[in-house]
Amino acid sequence: MARILPKKDAVIIGLGWTGSILAQQLTDAGLNVVAIERGPWRDTATDFNIAYMQDELRYAVRKDLFLQPNVEAMTMRNDMTQTAMPMRDYGSFLPGNGVGGAGVHWNGHTWRFWDSDFSIKTHLTQRYGAAKLKNLMLQDWGVTWNEIEKSFDQFEYLCGVSGKAGNIKGQIQPGGNPFESARSREYPNPPMQMPYASADWAEKMKEQGFHPFPLPSSNMSRSYVNPLGIRMGQCSYCGFCERFACGNYSKASAQTTILPVLMKKPNFELRTECEVLKVNLTADGKMAKSVTYVGADGVEYEQPGDIVLICAYGLMNVRLMMLSKIGAQYDPVTGKGTVGRNYCYQTSAGARLFFEDKHFNPFIGAGALGMSVDDFNGDAFDHSKLDFVGGAGISCTVTNGRPIGNRPTLPGTPRWGAKWKQATAEGYQNSMGFGSQGSSYPVRENYLDLDPTYTDRHGRPLLRVTFDFPDNDVAMSNYLSDQLEKMVKPFGAKQTAVARLKKGWNSVPYQSTHNTGGAVMGSDPKTSAVNKYLQSWDVPNVFVIGASAFAHNAGMNPTGTVGALAYWAAEAITSQYIKSPGALVHT
Amino acid sequence: MRKFLLAAAFAALSTPAFAANTDAGRYQSVLGDCEGCHGKNLAGGIALVTPFGKLVTPNITPDKDTGIGSYSAEDFRQAMKAGIAPGGKLLYPAMPYPAYAHMRDSDVAALWSYLKTVKPVKNSVTVNQLKFPFNLRFMMRGWNILFFAPQPYADTAGKSAEWNRGAYLVGGAAHCSACHTPKNMFGADKGSALTGAVLQGWFAPDLTSDRAAGLGTWSVADIVEYLQTGRNAHSLASGPMAEAVENSTSKMNEADLRAIAVYLKDLPAGKGNGGAATGAEAQIRAGAVGYDISCAACHGRDGKGSALFPPLAGNATVRQVRTDSIVRMVLAGGKAASTPKAPTGPGMPSFAWRLNDQQAADILTYVRNNWGNTAPAVSAETVGRIRSALHGS
Repeated sequence: MARILPKKDAVIIGLGWTGSILAQQLTDAGLNVVAIERGPWRDTATDFNIAYMQDELRYAVRKDLFLQPNVEAMTMRNDMTQTAMPMRDYGSFLPGNGVGGAGVHWNGHTWRFWDSDFSIKTHLTQRYGAAKLKNLMLQDWGVTWNEIEKSFDQFEYLCGVSGKAGNIKGQIQPGGNPFESARSREYPNPPMQMPYASADWAEKMKEQGFHPFPLPSSNMSRSYVNPLGIRMGQCSYCGFCERFACGNYSKASAQTTILPVLMKKPNFELRTECEVLKVNLTADGKMAKSVTYVGADGVEYEQPGDIVLICAYGLMNVRLMMLSKIGAQYDPVTGKGTVGRNYCYQTSAGARLFFEDKHFNPFIGAGALGMSVDDFNGDAFDHSKLDFVGGAGISCTVTNGRPIGNRPTLPGTPRWGAKWKQATAEGYQNSMGFGSQGSSYPVRENYLDLDPTYTDRHGRPLLRVTFDFPDNDVAMSNYLSDQLEKMVKPFGAKQTAVARLKKGWNSVPYQSTHNTGGAVMGSDPKTSAVNKYLQSWDVPNVFVIGASAFAHNAGMNPTGTVGALAYWAAEAITSQYIKSPGALVHT
Repeated sequence: MRKFLLAAAFAALSTPAFAANTDAGRYQSVLGDCEGCHGKNLAGGIALVTPFGKLVTPNITPDKDTGIGSYSAEDFRQAMKAGIAPGGKLLYPAMPYPAYAHMRDSDVAALWSYLKTVKPVKNSVTVNQLKFPFNLRFMMRGWNILFFAPQPYADTAGKSAEWNRGAYLVGGAAHCSACHTPKNMFGADKGSALTGAVLQGWFAPDLTSDRAAGLGTWSVADIVEYLQTGRNAHSLASGPMAEAVENSTSKMNEADLRAIAVYLKDLPAGKGNGGAATGAEAQIRAGAVGYDISCAACHGRDGKGSALFPPLAGNATVRQVRTDSIVRMVLAGGKAASTPKAPTGPGMPSFAWRLNDQQAADILTYVRNNWGNTAPAVSAETVGRIRSALHGS
């Protein structure tokens, strides 16, 4: 029998990006808030010690900051005819763990999805006709660009994003991304200083008629004081971003942008190393009354609250809804149910170029340092003669020259021995790469549910991921690889290697941590688990915030849109819900 | 008369006059940083490590059994200003009654009326955990005879009202000398007020107008900014001062902070720090390399720091005569003050595992003698001594 604790106004599950933003906004509105976090407390000076944060073996290879499968694993399969097997280690994607979540060890790419993403079905149907969408389950998100633009702006100024606007209130800005949707103002900080590879690449792109721009980065191009009064330091281009935490206060995270203010508030409380088992509903299943969690002491507690905010990593949000019976499980055979629907991933390919006598100095790097072109992203190009929809951003980033992981070699090079050594010595300074990060569109047979066989340490079923790259996305990615082939020609490289995506998603090699969907937002309760304010259609005092709400994934990194959705949901709660609790959207 | 006034105040608990007095009293508790030693809820229980052993701070909530709920106003005044608790029990000067003796009775009375309103907490504390013979309270009678000559505060003629307000605060409620004035072997202040002192493993720096080690290069506005926010262009508060800023000075009103600054700027320069390191060229050369590897990413190769990290060039903290604070900072790291106006509270990580005693000494000697800084060399022995002390604590 769980020990019942005093009631709070709001209970937040998970203190990563979204949990921290919601906690900040809700406590500002005067609510008493408790956040319950499964992982440990983490702070820059004590846990991200700059004197040893560059330990590649510990952090990048042994994944010290990540969720470990003995805490929570998942099962994987490519299609419904297979039996899903549990992963032994996280590989294809790496969820975060502890305070700050994956926002601790991300790279800092901070993009905005486009107007045409939020209204994707309407947009593509109008331009190409309904038949073009074939078997895709593309749907509008329920929120419009004009509604959510301000929330993007809030997140960018919180993070101190370094970038160059491409479209301010409809005016195209030289040097920015001309394909982005209209923004209300410039980025808070100027772009990062570009390394040789990215600057040279951008020149070559320009010569080919494309529109290069500095990719929006939450690595600081200069010192910054955010709207909460919190200071961040200028990035030192050390090359230890992804898989690492920043010891230099130069990469936006909950730690560097929110927690110094949040943690001091008398109406906020954080409980770490406390794992939420489920959200408890009233007998009729129509309201959440509390959450049950296991504390660091191994004791089970019940925390009552008026509002429950599920703010874990997207996939975990979906699992917690399933375990708590919030909403109906999606069934790919009947198409009914919403929880688990529209699971999407990311569809990527890359090019590697090998030169002679170059000095790219890849050790001068940062997580979100580079130039991009969006000429082949989303619907920036005409798809009427193509057999797919969607696209990819193409970026030349210089993230690191780390000694274990960064060993570029030409295809066909032996994997060990003297020849390998010689090849890596040559490849280190003489090679550069660029890649496409493509959209991932929902199809009926890609989905999430609870595994029928495997359970976690508390006896709860694991999440089962059923996924393969849809034909549409494979066609898109291969078209992008064709473009990469053309793009590499003017570089005069000694040798080039362009990757091509094939069907048969493999969960072992790292690909991307951009898992989206499963509890998507929308305007129809038959096809979405949460409404446009990320409020559960079924249990209106539950909000589910994160990339789980994405109705599809675009050819961009998701964190910018995740942050915007967090501000968007927080505004709905503070300006509407607490004044008049109940469903914010009626159908 | 005073007693009468107090009695009248208690008789009228809910009147605006009483509220005003408790607000004034709450402000006195900010000036005196009661929370710093007695805890957020004032229920005590915080150990103060002194050279004479451990003292645990008492409960000063109005709980009748374990706090000071049975005190009279006069009992409280006697404790604050004479160091004598009810029953003739002599307090130890870790409770800074030698400073509070300067406070006006009206300010002490206001503080008392505030303390009566805080939530009583039952928390029984064994205060006296000192070593023999210091645990014998009667010995304090001799100490008081030798070192305690309470003088009511009197304005200094010829100085501005602002200066006098500063002098009253620095010498009285704010008890700056408790940390910043050197102590003799009996733990009493000795001469050269506010020229810096070692306590609890830190060196509370020189606050005089000395240009090498003191506040000589700071303006009045610099001092106000530092006390109000925990940071300014020269330095960043950490260690015990970060706590003093968070609990006390950041909550003081700006006029009082200015008064303190005006007074401190007028203190005659102390004895300096002993001048530049001599014969330490090899240490400085080695330290320059170590600095570039371990320190420059945050503090800059030019030593100028950033909007986030403090400069080391021109930073008086690194030029103190004693190096306890900076050695400790390198070995154990530290966390800066976090205040409403400067909430970040950046941290310095621990380098203890990565730098041996000689390397740390070399880097600090370089920092103390570069970019215009001058100060004596730091020896590996000093670093070793502080490293051992940190392991022991």
